Amino acid sequence: MVKHFDTSVELCGVKLTNPVIPASGTFGFGREFADFYDLDCLGAISFKGTTRDARFGNPTPRIAECTSGLINSVGLQNPGIDKVISEELPHLREIFHNPIIANISGFSLEEYEECCAKIDKEEQVEIIEVNVSCPNVHNGGMSFGTQPESAAEVTRRVKAVTTKPVFIKLSPNVTDIVAIAKACEEAGADGICLINTLLGMRIDTMRRKPVIANKMGGFSGDAIFPVAVRMVYQVANACKIPVMGCGGVSSASDVIEMMMAGATAVQVGAANLKNPYAAKEIIEALPKEMERLGIERLSDIIGIVK
Amino acid sequence: MYKKDIYTILSNEPLTPAVYRMVLEGDTQYLTRSGQFVNIELEGKYLRRPISVSDYDANTITIIYKVVGRGTEQMRTMGAGNKLDILTGLGNGFNTENDAKSPLLVGGGVGVPPLYNLCKRLLSEGKHPTVVLGFNTREEIFYLEEFKALGVDVYCSTADGSEGTRGFVTDAIRENGIQYDYLYTCGPLPMLKALYDNTECDGEYSFEERMGCGFGACMGCTCKTKYGNKRICKDGPVLKRDEIVW
Repeated sequence: MVKHFDTSVELCGVKLTNPVIPASGTFGFGREFADFYDLDCLGAISFKGTTRDARFGNPTPRIAECTSGLINSVGLQNPGIDKVISEELPHLREIFHNPIIANISGFSLEEYEECCAKIDKEEQVEIIEVNVSCPNVHNGGMSFGTQPESAAEVTRRVKAVTTKPVFIKLSPNVTDIVAIAKACEEAGADGICLINTLLGMRIDTMRRKPVIANKMGGFSGDAIFPVAVRMVYQVANACKIPVMGCGGVSSASDVIEMMMAGATAVQVGAANLKNPYAAKEIIEALPKEMERLGIERLSDIIGIVK
Repeated sequence: MYKKDIYTILSNEPLTPAVYRMVLEGDTQYLTRSGQFVNIELEGKYLRRPISVSDYDANTITIIYKVVGRGTEQMRTMGAGNKLDILTGLGNGFNTENDAKSPLLVGGGVGVPPLYNLCKRLLSEGKHPTVVLGFNTREEIFYLEEFKALGVDVYCSTADGSEGTRGFVTDAIRENGIQYDYLYTCGPLPMLKALYDNTECDGEYSFEERMGCGFGACMGCTCKTKYGNKRICKDGPVLKRDEIVW
């Protein structure tokens, strides 16, 4: 008899067939990846960070390669919440039939409020992921996520205008991640997603200039995985609400490690850019990895490491 | 549509001290236009290397690349029989479905390669292309003879005057009084801009940008156009003249 390996997990009442979720900003609104494979193998999709107004983003070059990762400085390029709702969301729903996570960013409390209230009304969206951790925009994004008080304030304001589960996506560029996560939990967050990218920089030594036009950007990829595991572990142990782990995940083994650290679901980001099949291949490799590690039900290992 | 597959290197040889030609064997059915590119995974490198397709047939892809960094240096050392993980069918490529009868193809440096397949295609469509290639100096010239072998008029400029017209491609076009009814070009940004400023003729310009994924997902290579934001990797690399914002 073939053994059955149960990969399903549940995030705030939202059932996922498996814990693997393409991370916001690495998967657009699914269109490009649907040309490579059937998206329905994915546990959920977190779509491109969306703001109130359409944004071009930062000047190019926006990308710098690093050892085991890359720096990006896209700067929240997106078509704006109204177009996302009228064009991208219906299309995504056509090509993907599992839960959709709406990633929302902003430059003011009012903007977070307005966008989250709008997206909350969309029945296609299951979970709202509030990005208070984008390192690539000034006076917004990360500035809300680096202090417990401001992160909590965004959480409170968003929770007041929404009915769906709200996850706050946190930045690793802080001294005390636990204090910020706990502040969000106390302010009513239904879950925490971490980590966003680490602030990084590369220099073109020939030109004696930064590689990236905006000088600095968000570092992601395999190299940040240990930092992500550590922060997921710290937050999962300090908070009662579920954690979506994110950062440098590129294999089924990484998914399981992240879950053992305390993640209920695991996002795959930069790996999608190197290998468009990354998320699909990770999901396909999960049962074999579970068998190797003697795991029958993935949900059994969430936070098993104390 | 795209394809990710394993390709086998058939040959990898220098055309100049810094420019190499690699012929790869594998599935080519997702290449549909001249000027598209492939994205090559290299061991130990996080991002793939986007390289324009110089030519292709039923089962081979020819790329011509300049050794400029660690990735291309790694490619330089790879011999026949080695295998590469490649994404193919990327980018929009040049559109030849137009009324032009005498198109002009202008390439600068490593912008030259994609024009080779384009030139063959235009000839097969019964058109009469003229080719102008620009380089810095004689030692850097490649593919001049290959273009001539196609039976088209080929002109050349070098910045130092060591071969052809001294100066830039625009000088070669002027000096030789070249007449044309459409322009296809690929090369460094200053060259593209100079061409744009020196002609009113309609045409297509192939651009370059640092890319993340190469297939339109990461928004790393976005540029502004008159018709909205475009991703060089997915909506480009070829932009029509009337949409370009400098």
